[in-house]
Amino acid sequence: MSKAPPLLQIKNLHRLMIGPLSLGVDSGDCLCITGPSGCGKSLLLRAIADLDPHGGDLLLEGVTSNELAANEWRTRVGLLPPESCWWLPRAIDHFRDGVPVLLDHIGISMPVLEQPVSRLSSGEKQRLALIRLLSNRPRVLLLDEPTANLDPVNTRRIEAVITEYRRSHDAAVIWVSHDGEQVRRVANRHYEVVDGRLQKREMESMQ
Amino acid sequence: MITLTLADLVIAALLVVLLALLSMHLKTGISRQLVIAALRTAIQLSLIGLVLKVLFENVQLGWVAVMATFMLLVAGREVMARQERRFKGWWGYAVGTISMFLSSFTVTVFALVVILGDTPWYAPQYAIPLLGMLLGNTMNGIAIAMDRLTHAAWEQRGVIEARLMLGERWDEAISEMRRQAIRSGMIPIINAMAAAGIISLPGMMTGQILAGAAPVDAVKYQILIMFLITAGTGLGTMAAVTIGAKHLFDKRQRLCLDRLREK
Repeated sequence: MSKAPPLLQIKNLHRLMIGPLSLGVDSGDCLCITGPSGCGKSLLLRAIADLDPHGGDLLLEGVTSNELAANEWRTRVGLLPPESCWWLPRAIDHFRDGVPVLLDHIGISMPVLEQPVSRLSSGEKQRLALIRLLSNRPRVLLLDEPTANLDPVNTRRIEAVITEYRRSHDAAVIWVSHDGEQVRRVANRHYEVVDGRLQKREMESMQ
Repeated sequence: MITLTLADLVIAALLVVLLALLSMHLKTGISRQLVIAALRTAIQLSLIGLVLKVLFENVQLGWVAVMATFMLLVAGREVMARQERRFKGWWGYAVGTISMFLSSFTVTVFALVVILGDTPWYAPQYAIPLLGMLLGNTMNGIAIAMDRLTHAAWEQRGVIEARLMLGERWDEAISEMRRQAIRSGMIPIINAMAAAGIISLPGMMTGQILAGAAPVDAVKYQILIMFLITAGTGLGTMAAVTIGAKHLFDKRQRLCLDRLREK
């Protein structure tokens, strides 16, 4: 029996100092990427989201990114940037389908959602940005240090929300992290960026 | 009409010279600029007077077209120069020039053919001043709107990209900035219409009255011109912002700020 193609396939991707690199990510995978600041981790995620020009091919369930409208691709391959951006007065205005179901899971209450965005803390904004992205129901999540501004309690909450989403939606996650402990907690595959290439690292303990 | 002699103009010029001396005394540092600008006014307007004289004596569509094209190209350069973060390369020139061509030329031809109905329709006595007034005002609107659009895209790239990351189309991601740019391009002419006759007596009407036209006739022309200018500015601004916003993105709907000039 032939093996099903990976959910996300990256073939010879290259851009500036990154790559060329090839990688397959299966449904349910949580692939962590680490590496020093400025090594191109964020550029790699932007290229996979097709936000920057790049060489090579990206395939989602066997369909290349160029066969889909760019906005369709980005709906399915959702990128969470390190800094969240808000352009409407209140956080709730950014959720098309009203109150997000995951609100309780990230420890934020309804009144916070209705405050002006300018009054939210960076941690609150970061947590809300995650569930804003999840409300698109992406197949692949590209997370650029999603817990960088958070205390340990909220870090664990976010990790739980992402893991739960990955399991219930059979999604794949590519997670850029600086925290080795976090990698051990959430990842089933670990790569380090070295000279623009991905080098596989052994997982010390599987989930 | 009282015909002005050269001596009349010299007397008026003395006022400018006096002002230049005064500002030299006050060390404002603009005396030189003032004198050069005054000289340019005298020379440029005398030249255009001669050109118009020749043009009016030889009524030919070809010559009117040459003159109109020249005016358009100069206006296009002016629009480009007034934008701090314009598009790089020939795009920086083309966006404004094409939009002015689309709006000013269309509205001028429409007014000449449908409203004024002179024979021939391109009679330079009407065509050239009308086009001049339209270009001059459309130019302002387009320059303001484009400057606003490119600035907003540069300053708020985070918002645009955040919206793209959430799967919005390029035109949704930039919709608010596009609206604001069009609005700021149209506000000056809306204000001018609102203030006309109360706070300011528009130049064209004043000129006609000085030339001996009946005030009621002059006013009718002024109203016509105001409406034409508003239509031209509005259409030109919308065209420029629409073309410009689209050119901020590539085929894969990526924000391409590298297409804008650095400051």
